[in-house]
Amino acid sequence: MNDDMVHAGEPAEDVASSAPRHASTTEGPESESDTSFEREDRARSEHDLGTAAAKRTSRGSKGPEPVQRGEVILDVNDLSVNFWVNGDWFAAAKGLSYQLKAGEVLAIVGESGSGKTQSSMSLLGLLPRNGRASGSAKLRGTELIDISAEKLRHIRGREIAVIFQEPMTALNPLYTVGFQIAETLRAHFVMSPAHAKERALELMRLVEIPEPERRYNNFPHQLSGGQRQRIMIAQALSCEPKLLIADEPTTALDVTVQAEILKLMRDLRERVDAGIILITHDMGVVADMADTIIVMKDGVVVEHGTSQQIFGDPQHPYTRQLLASVPHLGSINEEAIEQVDASQLSSRTLVKVGENAIPLTDGPADVTPALLMEDVAIEYPKQGRNPAFRAAHHINLRVDPGEVVGLVGESGSGKTTIGRAAVALLPAVEGKLSVAGRDITHATQKELLPFRREVGIVFQDPGSSLNPRLPVGESIGEPLLLHEKLRGQALSKRVEALLDSVQLPRAMRNRYPHELSGGQRQRIGIARSLALQPKLLIADEPTSALDVSVQATVLKLFQDLQAEYGFACLFISHDLAVVEMLSKRIAVMRHGHLVEVGPTNEIVRRPQHEYTQRLLAAVPVPDPDEQRKRRELRDQIMADQVS
Amino acid sequence: MTNNPNLDDLENQRAQGGLGAGTVSETSAIDESHGRGEGVGEAQEVQGLSQGTIVFRRFVRHSGALFGMVTITAIALLSLITMGIGPIHGLWWEQDPQNPHTPENGSAPTLHMPKWLGGEGFAIGKFPFGQDTIGRDNFANVMLGIQTSLTVMIVLSIVVLLIGTTVGALSGYYRGRIDNVLMRLTDLVITLPVIVLGAVLGRLITVLPTKWGWSDSTKGLLDRWMPVELAIALGLILWTGLARLVRSEFLSLREREFVDSARVAGASDFRIITKHILPNTMGVIIVNVSLLMAASVVLETALSFLGFGISYPAVSLGQLISQNQTAFDTRPWLFWWPGLFIVLIALSVNFIGDGLRDAFDPRTKKVPSKRQMDRQSNRTLKSQASQKGASK
Repeated sequence: MNDDMVHAGEPAEDVASSAPRHASTTEGPESESDTSFEREDRARSEHDLGTAAAKRTSRGSKGPEPVQRGEVILDVNDLSVNFWVNGDWFAAAKGLSYQLKAGEVLAIVGESGSGKTQSSMSLLGLLPRNGRASGSAKLRGTELIDISAEKLRHIRGREIAVIFQEPMTALNPLYTVGFQIAETLRAHFVMSPAHAKERALELMRLVEIPEPERRYNNFPHQLSGGQRQRIMIAQALSCEPKLLIADEPTTALDVTVQAEILKLMRDLRERVDAGIILITHDMGVVADMADTIIVMKDGVVVEHGTSQQIFGDPQHPYTRQLLASVPHLGSINEEAIEQVDASQLSSRTLVKVGENAIPLTDGPADVTPALLMEDVAIEYPKQGRNPAFRAAHHINLRVDPGEVVGLVGESGSGKTTIGRAAVALLPAVEGKLSVAGRDITHATQKELLPFRREVGIVFQDPGSSLNPRLPVGESIGEPLLLHEKLRGQALSKRVEALLDSVQLPRAMRNRYPHELSGGQRQRIGIARSLALQPKLLIADEPTSALDVSVQATVLKLFQDLQAEYGFACLFISHDLAVVEMLSKRIAVMRHGHLVEVGPTNEIVRRPQHEYTQRLLAAVPVPDPDEQRKRRELRDQIMADQVS
Repeated sequence: MTNNPNLDDLENQRAQGGLGAGTVSETSAIDESHGRGEGVGEAQEVQGLSQGTIVFRRFVRHSGALFGMVTITAIALLSLITMGIGPIHGLWWEQDPQNPHTPENGSAPTLHMPKWLGGEGFAIGKFPFGQDTIGRDNFANVMLGIQTSLTVMIVLSIVVLLIGTTVGALSGYYRGRIDNVLMRLTDLVITLPVIVLGAVLGRLITVLPTKWGWSDSTKGLLDRWMPVELAIALGLILWTGLARLVRSEFLSLREREFVDSARVAGASDFRIITKHILPNTMGVIIVNVSLLMAASVVLETALSFLGFGISYPAVSLGQLISQNQTAFDTRPWLFWWPGLFIVLIALSVNFIGDGLRDAFDPRTKKVPSKRQMDRQSNRTLKSQASQKGASK
């Protein structure tokens, strides 16, 4: 008891004294440091929340043993979140009940609009002004719903911490990252700046930031996306919260970075005894992390069970549908592909070695390639004082008619640049770029007009790629109007035919984009790009902004249309599983260079380049057992490459 | 995707039912995702409406804007009906405000308040707004002044709209050299002080024709059209703010993907600017111009008051105040009535501009107060309870 009182009264000193011990935790989990974590926690929570009596009794029964894995931290009972819309209450989440134990990861899975984020944010009182939560949520006995703002402020950051999706916007760009961690500490504890810095550095070491002393004084924009997310995690962990809410913590990150962050989070859950609520739509991430899973749809929990139950034996049809919609890397029937390969002896995997660029894939000489890039370099033109930026170097790429080629890479690798150059939105400054036999490297705007008939492009963000002020029918009809001078009846017939082909009701032509859902908008985008029956279609991440089940239907539509119209397609994506499903050949891109080009099966099964290997290993697979195996393999690859 | 029976079913349903107009709601169900997150209010609110309807709904919700709309319409109608427009005569008995009359009621207004407002019974009389020092009808003067103010407002906004939008669109869309030239020109125009320039131009327009020996009829025409000339002159100075706003809108919109997709579809620059980008900047333009209109009413009044704006034979509210400022002690009505209408017009247009800005800005959400929400939820509960009771 005495011991406790001392801790409670002087938390700052306590932290300081434990600091050297924490420093050692970077090497590996140590029971001793865990102990000190837990003791501080308890002392503080008792002191602050005024529930000391309740805790003391519980403590007495458990004895001095501090680590309480399996203790129920959060008890949510019939939690509902409602929004006030147009004079009525609209239920965003209804009747949620679950329990979360210390050291456990609970994943809340659902598509956008299923209420998964809002139900968790209501625990922190972070609902928008027209939102309201009802029911009960107890954090170790403290009721969180309808708690006073003052008490909630003590709980935020200290008892419950949040890791947000977008680390760039969640960190203040005006302050150094170290300061922001120290600020969180000093907001909750009486602590000298020097102590806070020491503790912040220690936390940065905990989340494995290289050179924390140097990084401490860096601003958010000076760090990479993965490092920023690590800082966010460090900040969230700074007060050793009981409950950590991670809202899509890896969605904004590239797969390889995502893999590192997931590894870090898995390591942390061994070290920190917080309960973690993981909100995500990515079944692969869930398979990687979760102990128990809640599946939500339209604000209602449709299934609740352990990871094994949900993945192994899903009961609810929606869960089954959700799992079936996730493209599964390496799931394509192997024999079918082997047969195709046997007929195409010419196609072999080409790997970038050293500084030499990948040579052009040979193709049948009598066929004019739909897209041919020969030693092409692409630059973003200079703007004002910003010099021109070369985003792609020495690209050799060939897409034959009727062929789907996947272009894979992480953000900033230059894959979109290639797509935009192929439709002449960006100039090729070196080499030769031709589409369907037409050299467009140095074409003027006038000369490009006939070329425009032969290419189409589907953009990534269906919300931005349709003019919000035009009815979608007009958007679809625009290429027809401009090239075939169709008007009136003839035009509307063609537009209706196009809507039929993307399986949308004809009446939708008079709607505006904001009235349509994401999937419907993307169908409109596809219809527009196919209006002139192009020979080459560039699909620039057409499904990455969509939910998985929607993605599945759009991809299926895309496959059907490709079979029907027989256009050649350059399919750009960061998602290897999607590309594997669609394309015959894959090109892997990194830092503006192609690093590997080859048949899909070869690339997925026998990747040659180390980057391709890393990329493939990083993709999480929606199957906990397989994911565990992959994870071990991945860690090994990473370790190899580091050493 | 052969491994996915559920989705295939849904796809089939969609394909079968997806061709008729009546099946929209069912078929769109599978990829429908109305946000339940922060944007939940909007998603529900704007479902199935066109952009214009949404803006209109938000606009009529703004009570200030509605007040402005009603007031300005009433004022304009009053002025048009009484004094007519141009050669068309109105219904008021005195159509020439310059005619002197013998004083009635000691030149004080013959307009009397109704009894319930503490007056002695409602009456309009011959000179409702009183008479000035030489017996001219103040009502006719004020009504003509209102027409002048509204004319200045409209002409000025058209001039600003044309120049500002063109300059802004060209420099925002083409960037580079054109942008540099146009924006430096804009900077130059911004440095010109409006009042001084207006005063100089106003002076020149009376001095120059005499100097160049123009005929009296031309000069008379010039004088008659003084308000329009003034409005054009002011418009030539005041377009800069709009040009900058439109430019910045263009800069961001030209990077949007729908512009790229129009370009890929083969649209010319002119078509992209007019058909794709400009409609998306309408909100900014309308809001800016309407606020500018309010400013222009006050500006015209200020110039006329200083004696540089509108002069005889044209009548303006500012000019009326300026002419009668010495009579403030003896005949305050000559001062109050034009003043009242200036305030009303400027205020109404400002409110309308405010309402438009809120209507076009998607970030302004109307969130009811906590008490309203409580009351409504209680009511909902009660009605549910009573329904249950009734069914039993």
